[in-house]
Amino acid sequence: MTDVAINHVPRKRSIPFAQEGLGALAIIALGAVGYFLFPDDLAFLTRLIGIAFLVLSLDLVTGYCGIATLGHAAQFGVAAYAAGIACVRGVTDPIALLAVGVVAGTLMGLISGALIARFRGLPQLVLSIAVGQLVAALANKLQWLTGGSDGLSGIAPGKVFGIFNFDIYSRTAFLFSLAILVVVFVALSRFVRSPFGLLCRGIKDDDLRARMIGVAVYPRLVIMYGVAGAVAGVGGALTAISTGVVGLDSVGFERSAEVLVMLVLGGAGHLWGALAGALIFQIFEHIVSAANPFHWMMLVGLLLILIVVFAPRGLIEPVLMLVRRTAGKGRPS
Amino acid sequence: MRTALNIATDALAYGMVLFIISIGLSIMMGLMRVVNLAHGAFAMIGGYLASYAIRDLHVHYGVAILIAVVGTIIVSIPFELLLYRRIYRKSDPLIQVLMTIGITFFIIGVVNYVFGPSLKTIPLPALLSGPFDIGFRSVPTHRLFVIACGVATALALWLLIEKTEFGIKLRASVDHSGMADALGIRTEIIYAVTFALAIGLGAFGGVVGAEILPIEPFYALRYMVTFLVVVSVGGAGSIMGALSASLLLGLADTTGKYLAPEFGEFFFYLTVIVIVFLFPHGLFGRSHA
Repeated sequence: MTDVAINHVPRKRSIPFAQEGLGALAIIALGAVGYFLFPDDLAFLTRLIGIAFLVLSLDLVTGYCGIATLGHAAQFGVAAYAAGIACVRGVTDPIALLAVGVVAGTLMGLISGALIARFRGLPQLVLSIAVGQLVAALANKLQWLTGGSDGLSGIAPGKVFGIFNFDIYSRTAFLFSLAILVVVFVALSRFVRSPFGLLCRGIKDDDLRARMIGVAVYPRLVIMYGVAGAVAGVGGALTAISTGVVGLDSVGFERSAEVLVMLVLGGAGHLWGALAGALIFQIFEHIVSAANPFHWMMLVGLLLILIVVFAPRGLIEPVLMLVRRTAGKGRPS
Repeated sequence: MRTALNIATDALAYGMVLFIISIGLSIMMGLMRVVNLAHGAFAMIGGYLASYAIRDLHVHYGVAILIAVVGTIIVSIPFELLLYRRIYRKSDPLIQVLMTIGITFFIIGVVNYVFGPSLKTIPLPALLSGPFDIGFRSVPTHRLFVIACGVATALALWLLIEKTEFGIKLRASVDHSGMADALGIRTEIIYAVTFALAIGLGAFGGVVGAEILPIEPFYALRYMVTFLVVVSVGGAGSIMGALSASLLLGLADTTGKYLAPEFGEFFFYLTVIVIVFLFPHGLFGRSHA
């Protein structure tokens, strides 16, 4: 998996923000397809976007920093619970709830980053699992706060900007989530190409060398974990707002494992890979799992094995190759 | 006093089940450096096979254990040949995690398709099902049987690894597989035999521990984390480590469940975090540089 991460060719002068603009347009186009072709499935598509944030967040940690984690749902779940609790206690403005989720997710990200990023390999993996399970156990235990195994219900957010009400067809929820996704995606695609983002890739490729050239590795990983926590927090808060309930499944081990599968399916180390993985996986799950959950598990298992053996860099890689080749034709080498 | 004794027998029995299942994983991670999250899935196959053998073929409990162990090893051979070989000693844990999660999901799907998605009981023979009088009070015979199995497994493994030629070759491969290879030890055969041994122990543990960790459709997922944690706390590849970690975590979990049922999991994982943070290579492990 480790090869040259930065094949950065200094471009000729191009239109500023062209890449980000195209990305935003592509997401909006996809969203429009969903909105107009599947108006009955908007609740599902909203949930899909919520999880997509978590996959993006995991991509920052696993794809860009090389940290193997199986407890990433902790950030998502803590933010979802925080937003849900705030809403039940009287904060109903969706934007404020989102902010609550981001803050909670960031804090959780910093805490788990501080624990998990210290080590590599097996201790790292086990710590990430233990942190995730600890949060899940807490969510179950603090029944007066989280509703325990019954879940936290009765989340009724107010109107977006005081105008748009959350309707039962999830139209508002879907458009709201989509808008936030566009904003976050554009911000992240700048962020991962910033000096900080590139440095994180360097750490992933060879942390010893990074240390040798004077990079303080650990603080950077913790900060990256904080950013990832914020992104996961957005997803958690959005899911809490749009579904109206927060259950134990949002912090569970299965969620963490599933999200990792989505990321690798799409391709770790690319924001587009994360999005594609989340989209493909959840649509398939929606269709197959409704028929028979065990067939679904068998299929996922088989798919995962095939991906690891034949396409360890995810489904996005061939697409990117194609894009690069077409883009390279116009440029004299 | 009564509670204390109950906790002691249950914790000991639970710890021994954890030990029998996890020691296979521990040896595998010590030798092949594979983070095998699918270990519980093989234990589950063992449990399903034993349940099928007893309830539908009406064989004796001992025979059923044998069928389960041999059957699971046979089932595991294609996985070893086709998949595990690719990831032995690969340093990227992410690839190993993903592949073994994939194997776990696949096995869960197939097993439940073949045997049906329901809780499987493994009926105990009359000899093991009643209470057993140990002088001043009686304890369930099955608990004693499990503890005896655990002690026997630990002793047998210790003899195998410390006293036999296979054990010497195994330890040489653990310490430096390249050098062992150069000295004429067929490491791929050592790997294959160790894999079979590990899977067999997992299946054995799955069957004898079925009273304590019931065999159900999501067994492999539910206990996946527990087995990995035991190995990580004890230190990969160490019998002493796996034994002490199993007993320690068994005690922590059982005590928690008896005294503060709602806090059980919490203290279990808190203990794990503290131990792993202080001893990243486990209580008895060594660092693999």
